[in-house]
Order: sequence, then C-alpha cells, then structure tokens
Amino acid sequence: MSYLKPGLPAPVAENDGLDAPYWEGTRRGELMVQRCKACGTWQWGPEWICHKCLSFDMSWVRVEGRGRIYSWERPWHPVHPALKDQGPYIVVLVELPHAGNIRMLGNLLGDPKQAVRISAEVEAVFEPHDDAKPPFTLVQWKYA
Amino acid sequence: MTDRTLRGRVAIVGIGETPYYRHGKSPDPEFVLALKAILAAARDAGIDPRRIDGFASYSNDRNDPSRLAAALGLPELRFSNMQWGGGGGGGSGAVANAAAAVAGGLADCVVVFRALAQGQFQRFGAAPPGGVATGEAALNAPYGVMSPAQRYAMRAMRFLHENRIGDGAQRAIALASYAHAQKNPRAVMHGRPLTAEAYDASRWIVEPWRLFDCCQENDGAAALIIVPAEQAKDFARKPAYLLGAALGSEYRNGARGHNAPLYATSSFTTVAPHLYAMAGVKPSEVDVLQSYENFTGGVLMSLVEHGFFKAEEANDFLVPENLLAPSGKLPLNTSGGNLAECYMHGLELQVEAVRQLRGESTAQVRDPEISMVISGPMVTPVSSMILGSAETL
Repeated sequence: MSYLKPGLPAPVAENDGLDAPYWEGTRRGELMVQRCKACGTWQWGPEWICHKCLSFDMSWVRVEGRGRIYSWERPWHPVHPALKDQGPYIVVLVELPHAGNIRMLGNLLGDPKQAVRISAEVEAVFEPHDDAKPPFTLVQWKYA
Repeated sequence: MTDRTLRGRVAIVGIGETPYYRHGKSPDPEFVLALKAILAAARDAGIDPRRIDGFASYSNDRNDPSRLAAALGLPELRFSNMQWGGGGGGGSGAVANAAAAVAGGLADCVVVFRALAQGQFQRFGAAPPGGVATGEAALNAPYGVMSPAQRYAMRAMRFLHENRIGDGAQRAIALASYAHAQKNPRAVMHGRPLTAEAYDASRWIVEPWRLFDCCQENDGAAALIIVPAEQAKDFARKPAYLLGAALGSEYRNGARGHNAPLYATSSFTTVAPHLYAMAGVKPSEVDVLQSYENFTGGVLMSLVEHGFFKAEEANDFLVPENLLAPSGKLPLNTSGGNLAECYMHGLELQVEAVRQLRGESTAQVRDPEISMVISGPMVTPVSSMILGSAETL
C-alpha cells in the first residue's frame, strides 16, 4: 500500500553511484545520509564533496527518522498520468535537528486534506515498492 | 565597489514579437517563430537583419544560433551565448551577456531572443509518463513533485508562513496582471477580466497557489537588439539604455533536495544589491516594474528582495491599486506579463520594459525614466536589469 498511486517515476541510483548508499539503506529500513569524515558536517542531498571543508572523504551514517515540518504544499492538479485519479496529496519538507538540520522531502501520511502544521514533529515511515522494477523503498512521514 | 560596469554602455534599439498564441495553437514551427521575432526586431530598429552578428538566449531554447545565422544569411557570426539553467531566471541574464559582449567588443549587434512552442515539444507544466528518476529528480518525482509549481510552492509556503502574509497579497499580483492585459490587445487573456471573487473561487493547482497564481503556457517568440550606446541615436526608435544588470543566486541556493540554507527566497538577496549598485538607482526611483511571474508568490518575494517593501509590509503594500498603471505606487507587469499577456518565458517583460520607456505601452506610466525587469524568481541562477532613458545617463 503506497501513499501515491503506482506508476510515478521510480527512483534509481545515479550512474556514478553517488547516492546508491541512500537507496540501498531505505531497502533495509535505514535512513542513511552523508557526513564529512574530516569536519563532521552533515550533508543532504548527496554530493561528492563536503560543502564546508571541501574534503572528498564523505561517509554515510544512519540517522534516526525523526524531524519537524519545515514547509509543505498540497498538489491538486495532476501533472503525471499516474496522478490522474489521485486527488490532492501532501508533500512535506522535513528538517532533521539531530543531523545538522538537513532537510528531506516526503509525503505526509494520513488524510490528504488534513491541516499541516509547520514545526510539528514527524517520524519516518518506510514504504516499500517491492513489485517495482527495480524495487525501491520511499521514506514517508507521519505526525509523531 | 568596482569601476567596471555596463552602465550606459549599450542600448536596446529594437524589439520584436510574434503574435502570441495559446499553448499548441501556433501555426508556425518554433524555429519560424524565432525568425519572425528577430526580423520584427530588426524592422523595429530600422536595420538590415544582416547587420546582426550575435545571439544570446537562455534556459532550454532549442533554436541554435548557428542555424539562425545560416537561415538569415548573416555575413558573420561573432557571438553565440546561452545563459545556463534557471528557467525564466535567465531572461535578464541573456541581456546582460549580450550587453557584456557588445561592451567588450566581441560583437556589434546582438539579438537576445526566446522562442517557445510548447505545443510542439514537452510542456513545462506536465511530466512525461512513467520512467525512472535519478539524482535530484529521484528525491522529488516519486513524491509527486515534478512540475515547476510543485517544485517551488514550498519555498513560497515557508515565506508566507514566516512573514504571516495573507491571501490578498498574491491575489493582488494576479489581479494587476489581468487588469493590465485587458488594455493590451496582444494579450492572450485580453477580454478575459479577472475579479477577486473569481480568483478566490478558482481551483487549487498546488496550495498555496490557485489557477490564477500560475503563469500560462503559450507559443510565440520575442527578440531584442542590443548595440553600443554611442550608436544608439542612429536608429529609428528611442533607445533604452542598460543602466545595470546582475545575475546569480545565494550561498548554496542550488543545494540538492531542497537544502538551500536560505530556502524561503526568490534567490535575489545577493543579486539585487549588485543590480542597484551598477545602475546607481534606488528602488524608490523605479518608475515601472516587470517582475517575472512563474507564480505570484515568487513575485512577492522578488519585490521584497529588491527592496520595494519589507516582508512584514507585504499585506499592506500588495493591494491592486498600488500595482496598477498609471497611478499606482509601483505599476507592475503592465502588459499582463506571464500570467495574462503571454508566457514567452519572460522575454515579453523585457519588451514591455522598453515599450514603457518609449511611451508605447497599452498601460503606459507617465514619462517613466527608470524601467526595471526581474527575471525568474526562486530558480537558480536568477537575474534582473534596469533600463533608463537618455536623461538618466
């Protein structure tokens, strides 16, 4: 059971492998993000170099799937054929205070017409798409 | 501050447009639209098109300068330039690039152009079916974030939240554009007036944006001709001198996955000071403004970041009477702009800015001397420019 109807573009790791650890992590139910080995800066989305100290020595670390809503939107107009009969849905931008306030995008589970509160606490929910080719798992969010 | 400047070095001496069409309705192929706009601009300037020796465009324009030069039989091509990325954010940047080329002696007569027949190619507002998403898109598309509206609504939502801005502010921007379009026979939305009630009753595209907060999708082309300022008086029409231009964006604005540190921004906080410094102009001296509207919330942020009012003043300043020509405090998008004249990826805003200085707008401001354009809020890079009459030099 997925929040959005099936048929949207399936995420796959980049050809250069940069973000593969993230997508491999979500399949295991783990939220993996980048952290610089040299200076400890958290970084998201994935990049080859630390934006703070310019070290190429980035590590991937598992972080707790908790955060707070930084911003949100509610799309109504379907722009992709898979969304044609979807109705409105909610997208939230979640910041992770325990990981340098990096931000992650996801859908807010529950009633798509519910009120959304900026600053509200949320927790991650792993949403597997086992039948997709290739299979993938999305990270979604629900009120904590 | 540097003494290197474009101020007063070049002028726009020709403007050209095709008729503007609803999306998919152009009878001409996109390349023909480009040719027709360029020839119209040459005609307006009173020059033989074979005097053109350079081209500048932006975003994903598909009309290659070498093909244009061959088609037009130009004796030589000296400059061809594309402003990277940024969607509509490159509009003033393309003018800046052309101006820099002319001022720096790389070319003598450069055309800035944009041709767009979305009906013949992929629409901006619709995603192609199926497929896979990689990199940045993989972090967005599986969550139903694919179109520009979906991409940028969260920036505006955060800004509205931080500054307690009500519904009326965005609505005023839409109402002003539609009111101006009713005076403009070229406007695709001419004859289609918009009321506050109709705005409020319109469907959501993506909250916080309704249908009338969003730009159109259209077919057409526009072009501008840029020459050295010292030659400007030799042309048929009153020149519009470039006083300043700036392009770029803030610290890590392009950080992937919506991680720009300054997220609630139209990307102009660092760009606007450079613009005003080069032009030697203050916001209070701007007589008429064209501000790119992909979405009204981006216009709102752009006006704040260009210093026309503070964010906390948005609810009071953004009322229709302040934005209407000729009597408003800040006449805005006087042709109808992307919302109601035509979505020519914003280049129609540059054309209108020139038209205002010539006294030829259908919503003419009284004797303007400073005419400004803001291009492409919320994307990166963005750009903006200030034009002046001869009296401002």
